[in-house]
Amino acid sequence: MPTFVYMTRCDGCGHCVDICPSDIMHIDTTYRRAYNIEPNMCWECYSCVKACPQNAIDVRGYADFAPLGHSVRVVRDEEKGVIAWRIKFRNGKKDMSLLAPITTKPWGTCIPQLANVAGPSQEQRNSQLLYNEPKYIRMDDGGLHTLESNGLVMKEGVYY
Amino acid sequence: MAYKTIVEDNIDILVAGAGLGGTGAAFEARYWGQNKKIIVAEKANIDRSGAVAQGLYAINCYMGTRFGENNPEDHVRYARIDLMGMVREDLLFDMARHVDSAVHQFEEWGLPIMRDLQKGSYLREGRWQIMIHGESYKPIVAEAAKKSADKVYNRVCITHLLMDEAKENRVAGAVGFNVRTGDYHVFKSKTVICGAGGASNLFKPRSVGEGAGRVWYAPWSSGSAYALMINAGAKMTQMENRIVLARFKDGYGPVGAYFLHLKAYTQNAYGDEYESKWFPGLQEMVGKEYLDPELSHATHRPIPTCLRNHAIIHEVNAGRGPIHMVTMHSFQDPHLEEIGWHNFLGMTVGQAVLWAATDVDPKNENPELTTSEPYVMGSHATGCGAWCSGPADISPPEYQWGYNRMMSVEGLFGAGDAVGGTPHAFSSGSFTEGRIAAKSACQYIDDGKAEGIRVSEATIAKLKEEVFRPMEHYKVHRNDIVAGEVNPNYHNPRQNLDRLQKLMDEYCGGVTVNYMTNDKLLSIGLKKLKIMEEDLQKIAAKDLHELLRAWEVKHRHRTSECVMQHTLFRKETRWPGYYYRGDALKLDDKNWHVLTVSRRDPQTGKYTMEKAPLYHLVDVDKAAAAE
Repeated sequence: MPTFVYMTRCDGCGHCVDICPSDIMHIDTTYRRAYNIEPNMCWECYSCVKACPQNAIDVRGYADFAPLGHSVRVVRDEEKGVIAWRIKFRNGKKDMSLLAPITTKPWGTCIPQLANVAGPSQEQRNSQLLYNEPKYIRMDDGGLHTLESNGLVMKEGVYY
Repeated sequence: MAYKTIVEDNIDILVAGAGLGGTGAAFEARYWGQNKKIIVAEKANIDRSGAVAQGLYAINCYMGTRFGENNPEDHVRYARIDLMGMVREDLLFDMARHVDSAVHQFEEWGLPIMRDLQKGSYLREGRWQIMIHGESYKPIVAEAAKKSADKVYNRVCITHLLMDEAKENRVAGAVGFNVRTGDYHVFKSKTVICGAGGASNLFKPRSVGEGAGRVWYAPWSSGSAYALMINAGAKMTQMENRIVLARFKDGYGPVGAYFLHLKAYTQNAYGDEYESKWFPGLQEMVGKEYLDPELSHATHRPIPTCLRNHAIIHEVNAGRGPIHMVTMHSFQDPHLEEIGWHNFLGMTVGQAVLWAATDVDPKNENPELTTSEPYVMGSHATGCGAWCSGPADISPPEYQWGYNRMMSVEGLFGAGDAVGGTPHAFSSGSFTEGRIAAKSACQYIDDGKAEGIRVSEATIAKLKEEVFRPMEHYKVHRNDIVAGEVNPNYHNPRQNLDRLQKLMDEYCGGVTVNYMTNDKLLSIGLKKLKIMEEDLQKIAAKDLHELLRAWEVKHRHRTSECVMQHTLFRKETRWPGYYYRGDALKLDDKNWHVLTVSRRDPQTGKYTMEKAPLYHLVDVDKAAAAE
């Protein structure tokens, strides 16, 4: 299955409900806490696990092939720009901690607001170029590849 | 049902589905249409939606012309041989010449791309793949889309495209419903860019019970890209070209980094190399043009993915399974071992969960591989999708009708899984296609092509009734029975999905029949799908979540029908290892060196099939020599 929610940790905030790509984290109307309503549509993508402020959500491997007694936990920190994983084997022989960056820039600050950049000229509109091109293709002054520039033609038939 | 109707009018660009293709479209549209109204509708939350919701550990499509690595035509030739010749080379060349500029922007936005410290270039996993720490790939590109869009409607599932009532075969927007509130949403728009997804869960999965969620492609990829366009009467191409993946057993964790970067290889249960012994027989089936191990060895031309699957399937059938990936050598290096685990955590956490549960340490044992159930999509090693116009400076006349990435329906554009004949686009290529589509959509509007669009109130009301019918039907018939899920007047969405998967598996070449089908099986399958369509009119949804599932299975059903039609039409076995036509087991270049194109008439439901010519990129001097 997929994800499950610890009764004593969940406070019913709904972050998991908001983020789940499969729409399977719902709030139980009796307990006012979240749970996975459709485990066989869970991808174990960990989106809800990462989003939970209480660390109340965990994953127990799919019952049709995964034995009990394992653990893969995660903490994702946008401020620090890192994600930390811990993997524990069923037999206790392996216990790994792994750390990876999730971004190299302060969150969301380096993405341009295209409504505010200078708009394209008519010449650019009539060309095959996209925003920031040709510069961003090679980060130099080179142009866009065309059939002509690369000495190619398109020909019908069987050619390999 | 008393759900509110919310109309968003005067939209210029509606992005339907915001995975990598849709986010690329929304972002770029603002540059070419600075005063245009750009709206995004996404059935989940844009921060974690689409196939990249979980993250990625590699960008699989990057040329590296900046570092002198590859030119666009190199990538086209690679995709061409991998797909046994059947690709739209104009669209692929176009995607490949732009894709690096998308990747360079990702890096600027904060996506951590690994560097080769010696060379200064990006760290290569293989010739086309670069390695990233991509846990937040999707939130980063979502941020870009949100900055550009006027509004993002999260949790709005698009069910239908709206067609213009003033001019035939022109799109006019879309309708759908909010999965949380139940509001009925009407988007009247001059253009629609279809960024919806390909299809998992069409074929019965190998897993049973809970594990059915551990599909290779995301379980929320419901084939909506295809169903929306087919229902609007758009032409489709290469829909028979489903893909089967050789992956780690049960978890379906990615193998690319293991093969390419960690230098792992495969062997059968008895420790023997098995692949080459199947090649002579395969060569007889497909011809030397497509399988030439000596040439591949000498020139590094890849052996097509489907043919490598074929070897696994046949070796297992010969009783020498399972196939293992040999990891024990490379995993002795602690650095490589760490990469191996990061690779899963970055994009398929479930595989790490499974190995932790089964105590599989690839340092001490070689993990099992298997071939998956088939998937229908258009951005991995397969090219299902709509028949699109190509760029004016590249495409031959048969591939070009005015606007780049416009479908055969006017004003309808696409990106990612939606675009047919463009395999190996992956995340970066899908984003790039979205950008291309956005620029074209702006041109289309600026040229005045979208003037005078009309959608009647009657149409809007009729579609509302249709959207909510599964809930009405439930209300009417729920109390025919005491309790439970067995009702003589309806099936619930899961029951319909089970039925569809069994049918596709048995008649269209799923795992339980070893990917085998033939004309007779397909004809029976099509009849059964027709009857199922009648029953889908009676699908019941007890709440809004089930209404979402009801529309997903309806979209999967339409996609399946188109897949079945295309599979029946192409009377050859073009991709052994993806599927086999038992009545035509050889590749047939004389009759089938063509792209298949279909159109379903929205009024009659009848399909028209045709062959479209295949154009290949040829060097100018070679072409002259051939004249």
